[in-house]
Amino acid sequence: MFMKRHVLTMREFSREEIDSVLDLAASLEPYARGQKSDMMAGKILALLFFEPSTRTRMSFETAMKRLGGGVINLGPAEGSSISKGESLADTVRVIGGYADALVIRHPKEGSARLASQFSPVPVLNAGDGAGHHPTQTLLDLYTIKKESHLENLSIALVGDLKYGRTVHSLAYALSLFGADITLVSPASLRMPDSIKSDLSSKGTRVRETCDLGEVINKVDVLYMTRIQRERFPDPVEYNKVASCYRITPEFMAGAREGLIVMHPLPRVDEIAPSVDDTPHARYFQQSFYGVPVRMALLKMLIGGGS
Amino acid sequence: MSEIKEEQKGLRVKPINNGTVIDHIAGGQALNVLKILGIAGTTDATVSVVMNVESRKLCKKDIVKVEDRELFEEEVNRIALIAPAASINIIRDGKVIEKRTVDLPDEIVGVVRCQNPNCISNTLEPIKSRMLVKTKNPVLLRCLYCEQPLTDRIAEYLI
Repeated sequence: MFMKRHVLTMREFSREEIDSVLDLAASLEPYARGQKSDMMAGKILALLFFEPSTRTRMSFETAMKRLGGGVINLGPAEGSSISKGESLADTVRVIGGYADALVIRHPKEGSARLASQFSPVPVLNAGDGAGHHPTQTLLDLYTIKKESHLENLSIALVGDLKYGRTVHSLAYALSLFGADITLVSPASLRMPDSIKSDLSSKGTRVRETCDLGEVINKVDVLYMTRIQRERFPDPVEYNKVASCYRITPEFMAGAREGLIVMHPLPRVDEIAPSVDDTPHARYFQQSFYGVPVRMALLKMLIGGGS
Repeated sequence: MSEIKEEQKGLRVKPINNGTVIDHIAGGQALNVLKILGIAGTTDATVSVVMNVESRKLCKKDIVKVEDRELFEEEVNRIALIAPAASINIIRDGKVIEKRTVDLPDEIVGVVRCQNPNCISNTLEPIKSRMLVKTKNPVLLRCLYCEQPLTDRIAEYLI
């Protein structure tokens, strides 16, 4: 059952709503792979990206076009009404008049919620500053469901767990599925206590460690994230930490059979390119799954033919 | 004898005939209460402020008396943001005709600014700040837009 008008944060999703998105995404996957569709014929999606994006923007565009719909783009902010000082509220009211739904990425936290208050059409949050990025979480869940299993899952979230918005909302969503979560990070980049206690209060088993080697043979999914150089004032410290959280085929030799490696991408050097050829690598499939998942959300919010 | 009557007896501030007396404000918070009520330095209203008087209930308390103005319930409830123990006395013809305690509503609009400098509500967008009241004692607010919590420094973020 999916009754939402907007997709703003993962916290607004119930377990049932997540299931309905993932089920619809599975049925739309053939279209994501190129099967012809005119489900969204005559419909228009507006992409309002106030910050650079490659994957999210292009996969929304692909999702809409593969379903036979059209896409309009805000384009670079320079030279547009935004550079003339137009408010976000006015921008979404105007562009909402041209399109059937808006996808927005904006550097300010809460911008998607503001947009939803002024837009005459559904709003999908594609990242609001350090806030939320719910479509990434949904495609992560879809990947886990397709390539591993969501029930009785044991997962390690690895890397920058302090600032990474992706892992915060993924951990929250996994708590709805009763996952067993191991947090692997350097001490300085641990997941905030408020999020950990929120997870524990939902009955989720949460463990913390600094040692990736300790968990490699215990988990079904290794969810890697990028450790950003700018978080470390000292480059020596950065190099020390970054090398501890770098996986190679040799390191993967100790993994459970069937373990999958995921990453929201772009990666820097936390996954050696040679891991790509191992049966564990799933990050490129994960990236592809953004298309059927976003198709499902568009279909649920905009409607369109069967 | 109530603390207000004791206060009146000592004649620290003259009793008022008509208006509102806000009692049991935590010591030192009276000026913030005036801010919440929108009473600025340029007001025409007759306002008396007593600060840091002894109180059995609060050790030290402030009292605010606003003459010829009966506060609306929603104005009164905002006071609970910084003075959850406050009591409100509506005075007519020198008599207390109504006594109320404060109770925060579920949402506070346009009174407290979000503390997150990167929140969309701190820009020039045509919106008012909106804070959801998550707990009332102690007061825990959460910005509707960016979800950042605000708890112990509320007075600093009053608009």
